[in-house]
Amino acid sequence: MNRGLNEQPLEPMQPVRALAQAQRAKVLEATARLRELPGALLPVLHAVQDALGYIPPDAVPLIAAELNLSRAEVHGVISFYHYFRSAPPGRHVLQICRAEACQAVGAVALEKHARDRLGIGFHQTTADGRFTLEPVYCLGNCACGPSLMVDQELHARVNAQEFDTLLEALP
Amino acid sequence: MNLRLFLSRDATALALGAEDTARAVFTMAKRRRATVELVRTGSRGLFWLEPLLEVQTEQGRIAYGPVFPEDVPGLFKAGLAHGGQHPLLLGPTDQIPYLKKQERLTFARVGVTDPLSLDDYLAHEGYRGLHKALEMSPADIVRSVTDSGLRGRGGAAFPAGIKWKTVLDTAAPRKYVVCNADEGDSGTFSDRMLMEGDPFLLIEGMTIAGLAAGADRGYIYLRCEYPHAHRTLTEAIATAYARGYLGKDLLGSRRNFDLEVRLGAGAYICGEETSLLESLEGRRGQVRFRPPLPAVKGLFGMPTVINNVITLASVPVILDRGAEFYRDYGMGRSRGTLPFQLAGNIRHGGLVERAFGLTLRELLYDYGGGSLSGRPIRAVQVGGPLGAYVPASRFDTPLDYEAFAGIGAMLGHGGVVAFDNTVDMAAQARFAMEFCAHESCGKCTPCRIGSTRGVEVIDRLLAGHEPDRQEALLRDLCETLTHGSLCALGGLTPAPVLSALNHFPEDFRSPSRVKAYGP
Ligand SMILES: Cc1cc2nc3c(=O)[nH]c(=O)nc-3n(C[C@H](O)[C@H](O)[C@H](O)COP(=O)(O)O)c2cc1C
Ligand code: SF4
Ligand code: FES
Repeated sequence: MNRGLNEQPLEPMQPVRALAQAQRAKVLEATARLRELPGALLPVLHAVQDALGYIPPDAVPLIAAELNLSRAEVHGVISFYHYFRSAPPGRHVLQICRAEACQAVGAVALEKHARDRLGIGFHQTTADGRFTLEPVYCLGNCACGPSLMVDQELHARVNAQEFDTLLEALP
Repeated sequence: MNLRLFLSRDATALALGAEDTARAVFTMAKRRRATVELVRTGSRGLFWLEPLLEVQTEQGRIAYGPVFPEDVPGLFKAGLAHGGQHPLLLGPTDQIPYLKKQERLTFARVGVTDPLSLDDYLAHEGYRGLHKALEMSPADIVRSVTDSGLRGRGGAAFPAGIKWKTVLDTAAPRKYVVCNADEGDSGTFSDRMLMEGDPFLLIEGMTIAGLAAGADRGYIYLRCEYPHAHRTLTEAIATAYARGYLGKDLLGSRRNFDLEVRLGAGAYICGEETSLLESLEGRRGQVRFRPPLPAVKGLFGMPTVINNVITLASVPVILDRGAEFYRDYGMGRSRGTLPFQLAGNIRHGGLVERAFGLTLRELLYDYGGGSLSGRPIRAVQVGGPLGAYVPASRFDTPLDYEAFAGIGAMLGHGGVVAFDNTVDMAAQARFAMEFCAHESCGKCTPCRIGSTRGVEVIDRLLAGHEPDRQEALLRDLCETLTHGSLCALGGLTPAPVLSALNHFPEDFRSPSRVKAYGP
């Protein structure tokens, strides 16, 4: 998969370490519940990321074994999809829409403001662990951009000032 | 006092503060000891008026908007219950010109009913199409869809009936119906509005597709950027099962139809139908070679009807009112209606369902009211990120598949994104290449490598290094992409790039760039 210009290159497969016991239990819960579904891998990966906030590289062998897939297959799927992440996110995930309808009303300026204000780029987490910044290409809010998704909550007409206000209100 | 109020729970309405408005309404009702029933609906699609608060009166529904919490006490004081005078009063909702001039066939209930109430759905002509379909042979259902002239609303505009017939005529132990709810195109939100605002309509359309094609299992592939739609669909599907509208022996017909929602994971390419099928099967979303067509060998190798949300949601009205009723709307070979979506730098953004044939100018100015910034609209991108940029000189083109093809553009999913005269068209062209690089599935070289080259060439062109040579290179590269790509991501990325270059050449050459945007 081709990554965008501002993003890091694909990371190589990481060596396997033991998965924390609690994480292991969550992964096994997801595979046990969903393994019978036809094409179960994406639902399983969603369930793992929902439960843990990310898909630990050390969970890959376990998922692979439980679903009867190779590690390379599971890793290949995780790395193909922009939504799945392999490192824990900050307390809040901020997704800024970079797509055209939001560009037409100031998304580029908002993106710059967010980077400056947080001191991080896309796919990075602030040093205090509060925020992870992610790009997103359309949130279906194109009549009222610039659009921002904070965790699972959508915000419309977000300018720099509104962005700061939103952030300050978050724990 | 007994009040029946309506307020949207559509994602955009919520993003604009509908939940705060709801809370303010309840607080106020309590203070005034009024009994309030607040029905949470989909959105009427007049987003500059959201949160739109409607009240049931003897004269029908009266609208106020946009209503923020601080407006609520004043509304109660003004006699909301009787549609009392107030600066935010808009009058009878269906007389608001933006709505009144629409032809809402597919979106007839959206914004009107409670999306999660099956009883509301039934009371507003819901499931009449399915009841008709249950009395017809599969071939007759397919004929009806073919005769209606319905073409795929997801982008390619392929006749739906022909696709269904192929699936019907292909013998197989199992068949599937897949709904493409990936709605990745910027500037589009009609799928989202429909799923949030009238989920039973999509469920009904898919069930009819199942009867027509002989499929007893359906999947909705929904993009994960739509958590609200996900919750609504999940709940509606559970209700449909509980009431016998899905599952075994549905409505006592001895026919079965099972339906499930599956989430995508942020890959634009998974909107391409074969990539979507790969993803549903649990793999990387790489585009498949064709043939075989998905209608012959689709999901898990079985014949599969795969259609866009709006295509499937247009089917119930066709079955209910008849193919001719639907076909009588539209122009040329574009029959029926399309829910256009007005987005970007536009004053009155929202959803406009009209028969094909009105002009882009009517949409932008009569409905849209011009740009949000008040500056002239300089360019409009129609049909998503792979659609061409249309300059003002072409705004009189009728919204019709063939007329748009005639000017080198496409209607696609009906998204219309307006830009005012501060737009830098070279930056838009660069973004199109960048987006292609970001979303490429990696299967073919021109798309995978060429798009990254494209960004570099545009950068050199803009820096003024041998601009004639760079422009020639860029055009060559576009030529290669157009002819050497397996799917439309690589194949159509040249459309936004070249339309920007051809219609707005002044934005690409440094002397004028320096003048317009500074050194
Ligand atoms: C890159 C790419 C992205 C696409 N994205 C979507 C999409 O998000 N939604 C959709 O319905 N069709 C999308 N399509 C079109 C589908 O491939 C396919 O034509 C459509 O699902 C067929 O349904 P329809 O005939 O009802 O339109 C996309 C096509 C391409 C090439
Ligand atoms: S054109 Fe691009 S996205 Fe389409 S199949 Fe080729 S590499 Fe994949
Ligand atoms: S383009 Fe930003 S929400 Fe659609």
